[in-house]
Amino acid sequence: MTVVEGAVRGAPERDEGRGRRRRVRRLTGRDRVVLSLMAGIPTVLTVGLVWLPALASIVLSFSNWSGFGDFSSIQWIGTENYKNIFTIYPEFPPAIGHNLLWLAVFFCLPAPVGLFLAVQLDKQIKFSRVYQSILFMPVVLSLALIGFMTELIFSPTQGLLNNLTGHADHHVIDWIGNPSINIYAVLVMACWRQTGYVMILFLAGLKSVDASLKEAASLDGANGWQVFRHVTWPALRPINVVVLVVTVIESLRAFDIVYIINKGTNGLQLLSVLVTDNIIGEASRIGFGSALATILLVISLIFIVPYLISMFRRDRGE
Amino acid sequence: MAQPIGRRSILRGALFGAGALAAGPVLAACSSGGSTSSADVSKASGTVTFGSNAAVPEPKGAYEKLFAQAKQATGISVKPNWVDHNTFQQQISSYLQSNPDDVFNWFAGERMQYFADQGLVSDVGQVWDKIGGSYTAAMKAQSKGKDGKYYLVPFDYYPWAVFYSKSLWKQKGYTAPTTWAQYIALAKKMKADGLIPIAFTDKDGWPAMGTFDYLNMRINGFDFHINLMRNGDKWNTPQVKQVFDTWRELLPYYSPGALGLTWQEGAQQLLTQKAGMMVIGLDQIGTIFTGSKADDLGFFAFPEIDSQYGQDAVEAPIDGFLVSKSPKNKAGAFKLLEYLGTATAQQFWLGSNPADIATANGVDTSKYTQPQADAVKLITGAKQLSQFMDRDTRPDFADPVLLPAIQKFLNSPGDAASIIKNIDAQAKTIFTG
Repeated sequence: MTVVEGAVRGAPERDEGRGRRRRVRRLTGRDRVVLSLMAGIPTVLTVGLVWLPALASIVLSFSNWSGFGDFSSIQWIGTENYKNIFTIYPEFPPAIGHNLLWLAVFFCLPAPVGLFLAVQLDKQIKFSRVYQSILFMPVVLSLALIGFMTELIFSPTQGLLNNLTGHADHHVIDWIGNPSINIYAVLVMACWRQTGYVMILFLAGLKSVDASLKEAASLDGANGWQVFRHVTWPALRPINVVVLVVTVIESLRAFDIVYIINKGTNGLQLLSVLVTDNIIGEASRIGFGSALATILLVISLIFIVPYLISMFRRDRGE
Repeated sequence: MAQPIGRRSILRGALFGAGALAAGPVLAACSSGGSTSSADVSKASGTVTFGSNAAVPEPKGAYEKLFAQAKQATGISVKPNWVDHNTFQQQISSYLQSNPDDVFNWFAGERMQYFADQGLVSDVGQVWDKIGGSYTAAMKAQSKGKDGKYYLVPFDYYPWAVFYSKSLWKQKGYTAPTTWAQYIALAKKMKADGLIPIAFTDKDGWPAMGTFDYLNMRINGFDFHINLMRNGDKWNTPQVKQVFDTWRELLPYYSPGALGLTWQEGAQQLLTQKAGMMVIGLDQIGTIFTGSKADDLGFFAFPEIDSQYGQDAVEAPIDGFLVSKSPKNKAGAFKLLEYLGTATAQQFWLGSNPADIATANGVDTSKYTQPQADAVKLITGAKQLSQFMDRDTRPDFADPVLLPAIQKFLNSPGDAASIIKNIDAQAKTIFTG
């Protein structure tokens, strides 16, 4: 009761600061404990598990450390790791290239195809649920499992594809070992999964588009494309942002498929794999791996910061 | 959105925390005794925890029988902690730094010395006082750290060689080559006969390392090879270039799609007689040629290239046991190792695992399969034993640098010069660090 009074009284005065302060003061002790736990635990977790490790990685990227012994065994070597990554580390250029290729392919294939499928499924066609299940199925499978499936399909001598096309014994097409084509074989499988994922996001968005709007547009004589272009598409805007973000995330964190196939070497290098290779292992190059991780962080920020800026701008606008 | 960062924190977490999860009771950390004091083995009893990289059914079953036998012989119960082979290797450094088991599986040579140097394993000289008599000088050398102290008790090992199917060779009338010219001539003949002359696979990255090791030891000698691996300072030299140039002669005879094939797929080509030969370890191929096929597996030593070095060196990786820095049951761990270091224990284990041979002298060789008996002959005739590329050099050099470099060479054999120049540049930053 008192809380509501405070809020109501605070609002007309347009003095939000004072109003909030008054409200907090009127919280019971228990409320305060609950609220601080609700805000505090996620904050502690985020800072402890995300921000501190991220900062530690950045700091360690300027060091040479095997991970053995205490912190006094860390040697500080400035930007040496970055210099080495850009000059003498042959795995780095292909890894950057493959991450960008992954991103480009995810934008060009699963995103539009997922939208197309969602729009078709939204049309109340027969067996819609069956199609939905079939298309969504790969999303349920883990990427590691899809990695194994990739091997079953693309293995040069025992794989399905070469055996069906008669390339298993002679004129073997090395889908997995030829570094100029294996990334595409993997991308086919990754897109297969990603399309279902995007489709389900769009489908959820489409369900929320008011059917009466589409009906009204049809009555006004709009054809299917015009209804999509002028009614459905604008209504999907919030979902587009989600799909955009999901696409960027999925491309940058790509890891499992290639790691299952050949540990991410020989044509399947990705930044995430290089970080793992150097940090986790029998003897770790913690500084070098951290420098790679920092580069991955910077690339992520290039995509995330503009998104955050536009979100904050919109919030302020409203 | 926070995902890329999330992954990093997981990596970090794995780095600092995974060992704690992998190891046994957390209390272990506080109960350790001084690691330098000697243990009174005569009073040893109780349970010894054992970190094993043998989680797959076959070696696991053999170990389980062995531990039951050990309980009978010594009174020590072994409590194994089974871990997948590759996972064990990947986590070894965090594992050893947290709460490792008392005894664990590991490898001889540089790969053991690296961890001995970090002070993460116990000196087991006391065990060697008892078992030393049944080991050769070469075996002793591979069990010592750089400080001359013993850190490993060797258990089993196996040679790398050129393997083939005896029945196929008999049918085609092939004979084992001893020189490079004969080897190439044989490969040519096999190709003309419609076979894949040499089953070769490198999707896993490591199988090609064995061929590099042999070429280097045959062309430049054992000492050059070991120094190259240990010091990393002679990569950009005509000698190493020569290794890759010679290797190029073999490429036309390799399995098509080699970089997309696992060693198991290559071994299948040999088993089904589609391929004529394969450079691999007995430990691997022996698990494919099993049952009635076991005695069909023949092999010959990697051919001579330079008569100065002949076929002197044999690649023979040794597996054994180490004791962690501060074991909970030190006396028990030592007593268990004394037992595992005997020919009796090794023979018992090899009864269920015929793809390896015993490291101790005094094993009843009449119980060996034909490939095992041949392997003993090959290894005991060797003047030097190497351990394998990723066991003879630093772990942070073998996998992140050499593995992709060799794959790159196999893809673009013409780029050998720039590849070794790059290996050299990376070696300098790693070995000086």
